[in-house]
Amino acid sequence: MMAETDLGRLYQDIVLRHSRSPHNQHCLPAPDARAEGHNPLCGDRITLYLQLDDGTIREAAFEAVGCAIALASASMLTDAVTGSRRDQALALAAAVQARLSGDDTGGDLGEIEALSGVRAYPMRVRCATLPWRTLEAALRGAHRTVSTETDGR
Amino acid sequence: MTGIGQHRTCQEPVLDVERIRRDFPILQQDINGHPLVYLDNAASYQRPRQVIEAISHYYERDHANVHRGVHTLSHRATEAQERGREAARRLLNARSTREIIFTRGTTEAINLVAASLGQSLHPGDEILISHLEHHSNLVPWQLVCERTGARLVVVPIDERGELRLDEYHRLLGTRTRLVAMAHVSNALGTVNPVEEIIATARAHRVPVLIDGAQAIAHQAVDVQALACDFYAFSGHKMCGPTGIGILYGREEWLEKLPPYQGGGDMILSVSFSGTVYNDLPYRFEAGTPHVAGAVGLAAAIEYLEDLGLAGIERHETRLLAYATEAIAALPGVRIIGEARRKAGVLSFTIEGIHPHDLGTVLDHQGVAIRTGHHCAMPVMEHFGLAGTARASFAFYNTVAEIDRLVAGIGTAMRMLGA
Repeated sequence: MMAETDLGRLYQDIVLRHSRSPHNQHCLPAPDARAEGHNPLCGDRITLYLQLDDGTIREAAFEAVGCAIALASASMLTDAVTGSRRDQALALAAAVQARLSGDDTGGDLGEIEALSGVRAYPMRVRCATLPWRTLEAALRGAHRTVSTETDGR
Repeated sequence: MTGIGQHRTCQEPVLDVERIRRDFPILQQDINGHPLVYLDNAASYQRPRQVIEAISHYYERDHANVHRGVHTLSHRATEAQERGREAARRLLNARSTREIIFTRGTTEAINLVAASLGQSLHPGDEILISHLEHHSNLVPWQLVCERTGARLVVVPIDERGELRLDEYHRLLGTRTRLVAMAHVSNALGTVNPVEEIIATARAHRVPVLIDGAQAIAHQAVDVQALACDFYAFSGHKMCGPTGIGILYGREEWLEKLPPYQGGGDMILSVSFSGTVYNDLPYRFEAGTPHVAGAVGLAAAIEYLEDLGLAGIERHETRLLAYATEAIAALPGVRIIGEARRKAGVLSFTIEGIHPHDLGTVLDHQGVAIRTGHHCAMPVMEHFGLAGTARASFAFYNTVAEIDRLVAGIGTAMRMLGA
């Protein structure tokens, strides 16, 4: 039996605050990097825009159609990576995905920890990881849509 | 024996739903601490004990390969398989079991017609489908068109989610080689006017395939009265097993079509210089068939016949009306698909709440609905949506369960609403 508290852990206040009023939800007209993510199972779509300055992310923004978890994750992502170097952002993307998939226990991820409620919901993990996979695609210059249904996670 | 229990004062029999529910072991459980409310019937039905027991009995006593041995078990298995075929013939009121082909499901049935009939298509020929189709009645035709140079022509739908019949009449032309349409839309519940669709196509001498996946458990279907050329349905959407389905094909058509897959059972004699194909319906059934599937299908058909499809249709119509009224009254709800004739499906969105979040919150309260695009992305696109929440009803659902759904939506609104 799944307890009500599991649902509370999934939809924590901080997650709902981000999903109701996402940060940086707009397009950047001339981004240095950009990628699209798609979850064909549920129709979630995200476009991530990055403004880079000498390998450092100066601005991150997104546009998305998605569930509360996907929107909150994208919103937290843009907050977290602004000011990060490319390699730091990639390391964070890897750490977050490991945490959300349950393969990892170490390290403090700050408010992103609040997304780890998805671990009790295998069918919702992809909602939370999609923005991070899209970030990886943008930073690696992959000019294609990443999908939750290809290459691993 | 289950089924038509109490009678009202008029002659209309009423389903004894409480008694029917006791036939379904899966419905007797708690999910996440609440009694299961299963409202995802458009995706797959649950099975009554009678179907489960028929399959067990077959494996425990009667199984062997069919048409191949002279021994007793092979004979029993062959008879079991053919009883399934006869049950499907009866359900559809087909003229002969020669017109009943076993497939893995609706999808394979449509692919069979696409592969076989597709061999005679030429560049410029047209296949006419509708904007309402499930991907399984869309992608097989796209593949055929790619292969042959034929063109896929799509009849649009209106804002209610009804087929634009005026456009259908306009698009059905001298180049149309086949009309392939859903009987009932899985995403919206729209019941298509198949009688008119078929009559018009026949007047143009164009064959018609009806995707009956979503109709078969909800209303009586008579392929002779409809006069369609092909009718496809799946066992699992009518209380039968997964992995078994039926293609009805009018005999004149099946006689003309080349085989679908090659292998055992579909042949009369084989030599390296050539092969003589078997007679109907076996010509289209290569390999060892899903005998247990046919056994389960027969049991499911008998179960539905026992209840009576007329009573089932009335009960579901009542549930749909009740649910539509209750859910439409909630704030921020938009009902997707408001066709004048609908069957068993209620698709909707709630402002500010993504269908997936709603689905998760409802699941926590034991209520199973489907969320997403329902394998009908063009339909979602028509309404400008990525997906909807969909509650779909079966004869074993109750008004009390719809109340649980409505209460669950209320919880989701309080929890996730702006």
